[in-house]
Amino acid sequence: MLLRYILRRILIMIPTLLVTSALIFTVMELPPSDYFETYVAEMAAQGEKADTSRIEFLKREYGFDRPPIERYFYWIANFVQGDFGYSFEYEMPVRDVVGDRLALTILVSFCTILMTWIVAFPIGIYSATHQYSWADYGLTFIGLLGIAVPHFLLALIFMYFANVWFGLSIGGLMDPVYLNQPMSWEKAQSILAHLWIPVLIIGAGGTGSMVRAIRANLLDELQKQYYVTAKAKGLPPFRALTKYPLRMSLNFFISHIGDVLPAIVSGSELTAVVLSLQTTGPLLLRALQSQDMYLAGSFLLFLSCLTVVGVLISDIALAFLDPRIRLQGGSTK
Amino acid sequence: MEQPGAADVLRIENLRISFTLHGQPNEVVKGVSLRVPAGRTVALVGESGSGKTVISQAVMGLLPRNGFITEGQILFADPAKPGKLVDLASLDRDGRKMRRLRGGRIGMVFQEPMSSLSPVHTIGNQIEEALQLHRPHPRREARAVTERMLDLVGFRDPHRSYDQYSFELSGGLRQRAMLAMALICRPALLIADEPTTALDVTIQAQVLKLMKDLQQEIGMAILLITHDLGVVANMADEVVVAYRGQVMEAGTAEDIFRRPQHPYLKALLKASPDFDMKPGERLVALRDIAPVLPREFARRADEIPARVTELIRPAAPPVLLSVRNLRKTYGGKKGAGVVAVDDVSFDVLRGQCLGLVGESGSGKSTVGHMIMRSRSADSGSIIVNDAAGPIDVRALEGAALRAFRPRMQMIFQDPVSSLSPRMTVLDIIREPMIIQGAGTDAEQKRRAVELMECVGLDPRFLSRYPHSFSGGQRQRIGIARAIALNPELIICDEPVSALDVSVQAQVLNLLKDLQASLGLTYLFVSHNLAVVHYMAARIAVMARGRIVEIGPRDAIFERAAHPYTQALLKAVPLPDLDRRLDFATCVPSASMSDPANWPETFRGGAPGQLAMVDLGGGHLVLADPACTLRDLTAA
Repeated sequence: MLLRYILRRILIMIPTLLVTSALIFTVMELPPSDYFETYVAEMAAQGEKADTSRIEFLKREYGFDRPPIERYFYWIANFVQGDFGYSFEYEMPVRDVVGDRLALTILVSFCTILMTWIVAFPIGIYSATHQYSWADYGLTFIGLLGIAVPHFLLALIFMYFANVWFGLSIGGLMDPVYLNQPMSWEKAQSILAHLWIPVLIIGAGGTGSMVRAIRANLLDELQKQYYVTAKAKGLPPFRALTKYPLRMSLNFFISHIGDVLPAIVSGSELTAVVLSLQTTGPLLLRALQSQDMYLAGSFLLFLSCLTVVGVLISDIALAFLDPRIRLQGGSTK
Repeated sequence: MEQPGAADVLRIENLRISFTLHGQPNEVVKGVSLRVPAGRTVALVGESGSGKTVISQAVMGLLPRNGFITEGQILFADPAKPGKLVDLASLDRDGRKMRRLRGGRIGMVFQEPMSSLSPVHTIGNQIEEALQLHRPHPRREARAVTERMLDLVGFRDPHRSYDQYSFELSGGLRQRAMLAMALICRPALLIADEPTTALDVTIQAQVLKLMKDLQQEIGMAILLITHDLGVVANMADEVVVAYRGQVMEAGTAEDIFRRPQHPYLKALLKASPDFDMKPGERLVALRDIAPVLPREFARRADEIPARVTELIRPAAPPVLLSVRNLRKTYGGKKGAGVVAVDDVSFDVLRGQCLGLVGESGSGKSTVGHMIMRSRSADSGSIIVNDAAGPIDVRALEGAALRAFRPRMQMIFQDPVSSLSPRMTVLDIIREPMIIQGAGTDAEQKRRAVELMECVGLDPRFLSRYPHSFSGGQRQRIGIARAIALNPELIICDEPVSALDVSVQAQVLNLLKDLQASLGLTYLFVSHNLAVVHYMAARIAVMARGRIVEIGPRDAIFERAAHPYTQALLKAVPLPDLDRRLDFATCVPSASMSDPANWPETFRGGAPGQLAMVDLGGGHLVLADPACTLRDLTAA
């Protein structure tokens, strides 16, 4: 039953991703120019001449002389085989461009998410169980502040005060001397020392909204009759809370896991630019600006794949955790 | 009262409870005293707002966070620890002492069996939890004890049911599971807050019987909280009547039912419909309303008697609505789904009220929705006879359907959700007129004023929003909306089942008055047999999507032929001590809505074998046509 469900979901992923990829490709094709024209124009503006023979070669190699449909299928076919195309800007395969930064991105995002959860859960539970108390109002206010202040602004503020007060440069993910160095004990230490600031900044908003969501969901569940039943049995308050309402409010949290997967890889673009982090965020931004289409397109499609897989993981986890979904699947009227 | 309080398990003395709302204390229980003797059943009766549930919450230490006991004592004397009195009112609500009693010595059952159980834990887990908290057992033994308890409350296969989830069980079984949970520690006191209100009448009888049996077995006292005087008459040894946080009257069941003293109690007894009412007898509502017939209506009402008398000459009034072989299947691809309505046929005469009775899931509401065209039927015909000739309702489309809509309107069950909270009463009542483009702005407003008077509401309330009205008043607004376009047929879908007894009488009387003065025709859908008895001249009984019996009211109530109808009638608790439910015979071991438990004659082997057999006088019953009349009436 569950196995068939998973299989069906995987099969549905194929058309979903095909449509997504077609959309991505169309959007990439929409501007009247392409990378080469932008490149030639840029060169001309600087009074230099672009290497036309090389451009002609690349154009032929990547099929820019052929109709877009053909190019689309060429791209997809290679993508499936693990060849994500060639970045014109960096003059190397997309995989190598992204690969270096991916590990760092995942590290930053993973720590951010972990921090979000560790901070948000206790606060959310406290806020919900002490609704309308001063602590609840205070925590709500701080949380809203975290949501309302844009990350990049927070980053700028941090950088400014770190510099003014401590004379520190907090940008980057490691000391500049370790850039492009192979991994070593010292480099790892340097990364860890730099890590906490981006994690704090990027996590601020996420924590705020997470607290709001946990509070709202838990408040809903606290009104439910089964919680009264649990208390009527004589369960101690904390156990009654964790076994029933908290357990039920986890459904929202689990369905949220699906969104986490692409977020891990994408990195917060703007904050990363401001803090000059060596993550994938700034890379994607630059690729979109310069119409480096294979880099941008493949990266976006990769994110789409992760989204779809993330949602599938959420749904399977939900089915495991909630017997209503497991046992009544599909029998909604 | 009889003995001194020594044997009382629970004594509440001068209890006062306040709720803080926007910083203002608001007293909802104003000095209530009552007692529950050991091993006996005391019913706490009252309508919504009487504070009866709040009292039970106070006993359990489960008051909402803004509720406080301001005065009084709740004395609990555990028979297992003689001589020791505990004042529950003085204990810390979630403290250790309170928790030890709660669930251990005092068990509680709630109204909603669906939401009272967690849907993500097995019922075995939830029941065993109570056991392990108060009487820890080794794991395997605990399971055995739990299964024995499930067996005791009537689960057929306790071993399998232990691992089931609440949503896999029927409402009756869920309530049994709740009872198992409340009683597994063998408490001295069971508090049951409207334990059967959400259940069908035959299931209600089963659960009431179970509670009586368990009381014999375990010997606990019961504090039964209910609004249903029928349940009280069948269960209680002593009765306490509460109104607006005060006790109006208390005494033995004998005193309360045979010699009611307080005017409120007398009025309450007169306001509940029962089967003894003669045709034409009126319920006495606590606060009756006099509908004022507006001019426009009056004109129409003048015409109607003339038209009716003219038409009455040929034997009977003409058929207004004629339903034939209606069928509806839900879900599934082509026939694989659930048959909700199966081959339903009936006629409603002009100016008559046809009652459609059935338990939940019988398909009665679906029939109403299909006639309204809010759900589409799979097959069959719905014909409305008009002066100009018959109209096939199922075939109407587009503009024709729109033009036809005003002639049929609906009154809904839930007075809260059927009125938009974001519209004023004026907008709500005007909306049908706006949709149909009936009259100018000024005319519509004038009409809305007339309609308000017509349902006994002050027209000055038109600019208010629904939340400032009580349930009964909201239902009257719903009625005003339904008659706004001068319909001929009104489908009433459980119009009073969400209302208190006193308000119920008021709304029923209003519906009757409007029927008489406006010449309305009703299709009255309800699960409540007493209400249908009061309203309808003809009654159709539905079970599993089919009409099993249809006939004039007296034939159904006095000479019911179908076993299902008989079971339904026997299971209704009446507020009369001389006609208590005979739990030995009225409670069938199996569900009587399941055709498998009917005698051969009514079951029918092959599909299509059953047909409506005429018993004479328009009384028809679904049975095997091969059998004789005598077979049917003897069954």
